[in-house]
Amino acid sequence: MLSSILVSGLAAGAIYALVGVTYNTMFSTSRVMSFTAGQLAMLGGVFGSMFMLKLGLPIWAGFLLTLAGCAIIGVITEFVAVRPVLKNLDQHLYVLSTLAVALMIQQVAAIKWGTEPQPFPKLVGIGSGIFDEKFWLPVLACAITILGLEYLYRRTLVGRAFVAIAEDNFAARALGLPERNLRIASYALAGIIGGIAGFSGGQLLLAFFANGALLNFYGFVPVALGGLGNNRGAIFGGLALGLFQQAANFLVGGIFSSVAVFTLFIVVLLAAPQGLFGGATARRV
Amino acid sequence: MTAVTTTPARDGAGDWRAALPHVAPFLGILAVALLLPVVGNDYWALIGTRMAIYWVLVSGLNLIVGFAGHLAIGYVALLTLGAYTTSVLVAGNVMPAVPVFIALPIAAVVGAIFGVIVGLPALRLRTFYFAMSTLGFATIVTQIALAWQSVTGGGIGIPGPELPKPFDTAWGFYFLCVAIATFTTWLSANVARSRFGRALIAVRDAEVAAESTGISKPKMLIAIFLVAGACAAVAGGLFASLQTYITPDAFTFDLSVLFFIAILIGGRGSILGPLLGTMILTILPEIAAPLAAWSTFLYAVLLLLIVLVMPGGIAALLDFRNRRPLASNRAIVPRPAALAEIVRRSKGGRQLSLRGISLSFGNVKAIDGLDLEVAPGQIHGLIGPNGSGKTTTLNVISGYYAAKAGTMTLGADALPPGMPALRAMRGIARTFQTPRVIGEASVLQNVMIGGTVEGRASFLEALLALPRNRQDEKMLAAKARALLGVVGLESLADVRIDRLQHSELRFIEIARALMLDPDFLLLDEPAAGLSNDEIERLAELIKAVSARGTGVLLVEHHADLIFDICHQVTVLNLGRTLAAGTPAEIRVHKEVVSAYLGG
Repeated sequence: MLSSILVSGLAAGAIYALVGVTYNTMFSTSRVMSFTAGQLAMLGGVFGSMFMLKLGLPIWAGFLLTLAGCAIIGVITEFVAVRPVLKNLDQHLYVLSTLAVALMIQQVAAIKWGTEPQPFPKLVGIGSGIFDEKFWLPVLACAITILGLEYLYRRTLVGRAFVAIAEDNFAARALGLPERNLRIASYALAGIIGGIAGFSGGQLLLAFFANGALLNFYGFVPVALGGLGNNRGAIFGGLALGLFQQAANFLVGGIFSSVAVFTLFIVVLLAAPQGLFGGATARRV
Repeated sequence: MTAVTTTPARDGAGDWRAALPHVAPFLGILAVALLLPVVGNDYWALIGTRMAIYWVLVSGLNLIVGFAGHLAIGYVALLTLGAYTTSVLVAGNVMPAVPVFIALPIAAVVGAIFGVIVGLPALRLRTFYFAMSTLGFATIVTQIALAWQSVTGGGIGIPGPELPKPFDTAWGFYFLCVAIATFTTWLSANVARSRFGRALIAVRDAEVAAESTGISKPKMLIAIFLVAGACAAVAGGLFASLQTYITPDAFTFDLSVLFFIAILIGGRGSILGPLLGTMILTILPEIAAPLAAWSTFLYAVLLLLIVLVMPGGIAALLDFRNRRPLASNRAIVPRPAALAEIVRRSKGGRQLSLRGISLSFGNVKAIDGLDLEVAPGQIHGLIGPNGSGKTTTLNVISGYYAAKAGTMTLGADALPPGMPALRAMRGIARTFQTPRVIGEASVLQNVMIGGTVEGRASFLEALLALPRNRQDEKMLAAKARALLGVVGLESLADVRIDRLQHSELRFIEIARALMLDPDFLLLDEPAAGLSNDEIERLAELIKAVSARGTGVLLVEHHADLIFDICHQVTVLNLGRTLAAGTPAEIRVHKEVVSAYLGG
């Protein structure tokens, strides 16, 4: 049983972690938490299944088209729901505008794709039982994404510009960084990361429109655990959440695993509002 | 559909006339609701019932979303909870069956408890976190309803409660729902019109100022979470009865979206707006039947449009009064002499003293071993260059910062560091460097906020509009009007405060602080942005306040004002006292002249 808890926990955890990173990627350049993060991951599964099973495209084409589709949705989010409300960030209108876009995405998926979960094709075909690819694929995708992001943020000019914007928006603009273009790029990047999460987790979660709302919550818990904008925190938080949830699932049963996750969420928020790895609060007066 | 009778008859005909424009729309809707059986068939009974049930939930939720400004997007969870609690209790598949009219109150209690649990994150974190916790709760409640088969029947579901006669017909049930909806409207209107309703908006729009007037955010929020949870659960019980048979599928997230968007379409801080919003959103899918599948998409488009184009919602459209232009040549003419009749004379005798206060931000020492004495009835000036720690000192006294070292005492009592919300009770009031007001409330309401801790009625008394709450309201309104007269702004009492000029806001902040009959008044650059005439009037006002026994601590850059009216002056530099003494001494103090005044 321990091994099942481990593999399924790590697999689910990796997906949650990637959704958490999706939240953070959008947050870093815009200070906006977007409800579209989970929807992007849902679309990763739906697009993948649509391109490969419905349209019969090869895996590589399906993968690239999925990521492109998610990136476009990410950019649309920036244009429609983020840019217009950035002027008065303190009113938190982004909560509503991104929720509106997320609902539209979900509703279109429900109507055009259907409300039943649909299968996602096997991609590699290596391993079975607890070594089935549906378990190790998300973990691998998560690891590769993290390495890629680390490379981007540390070694490339664009990546450093992202970090600069995230660190101090005003100073970065004063230096002449193209803040708006970088923000659009970060939303495209968030779309790609969300797409990877959904695509790699497709066999585990299936291509199902309701995954969006579910992943919105389960992907946000690692962000709350790790602290806003903290990718390392989100990865640890995500994996821990996955293991915790699956352990609860196997030990006390399905009903109470979600209750356990929710309780964990509330308790952490009350005990450490800035997350376990988070920074200090802003000045108020 | 529903109505409020906000003013009881015995308050006299004058109050009735004043309240009529507010109550009339509700009475009109109630009249239409009562006439519906005459013109409508059973199909309309169904829609009307659904509307009333939704409104039972929304009227409670409105206090959270519209008044407190917390975005509870997953409230369908509490509807589900109420529906299952009522159905399970009536069906008796867990414990002996109970009658439906006992099951509904039990469901209300359960809903109230869970309303608080879901709301807990809102006590410490704003917006997105709370939105997420309600969304998460909605997700898990559906999962539990599906998985806990022995109780909820799982995917197969259980029958909803059947109501006894005369509520077992379509119209009988309709009238029951309308009656309950009327009752919850009345409750929520009572809260909204009481000092608790104003405090909610204050916490939403000006949290820092709200704390300085002694409003305790956690207490306020828990109270409305209880109310909203109970309303939602009762709505759930009625909903289950309307459905006759409930499965988890009946409680889609679309319903949550409907509740939530109804409030936003209606407009924040209004009751009529969300009521109309609920009615419109309930009817919309019915008259556009081919679009029914796309209803959530339409709601989402509406939500986006409202956020981007019309943030005020229906309520802002209906707010005709605040579209009349204000006089452009208005002047602020305070009448300090009237203070004697309004502000209780300060007991006096207590000194506010700071001993060796130190506070640093990182490596910067903002205050470094400061001693300060403010005596009752005296005006104490605090001056110094920018960054010398003046405002920080005020923030330490009013509890926004906890000093790292040193002690503060008020008379013989120690003043605990931090805890800004407790300062008002100790008679310390303040104003802010940038005026902090509730933009969407009227001038009068803004001033009344200052007296929140003076009210004696409990939340329950306010909820039920009991006599003590009405006395509180009368007392606060009369005092606020009188104080507006003192600062010379009574003609603007009913205007939305965000339409006023900066200088007017400065005087309104002083009026708000005076609501407390403060023993000590902390003024943070009250003259900044005022004209010379206005500064003179401000000086007279401050002198009159201190003459009533109030100790005034005045942070200011206008040296003339300081030297004119202060009894004592302390000069700060780099967080330390550079000099202290009477204005005459300070004016010739060598270091002060070279460091600050210029010579």
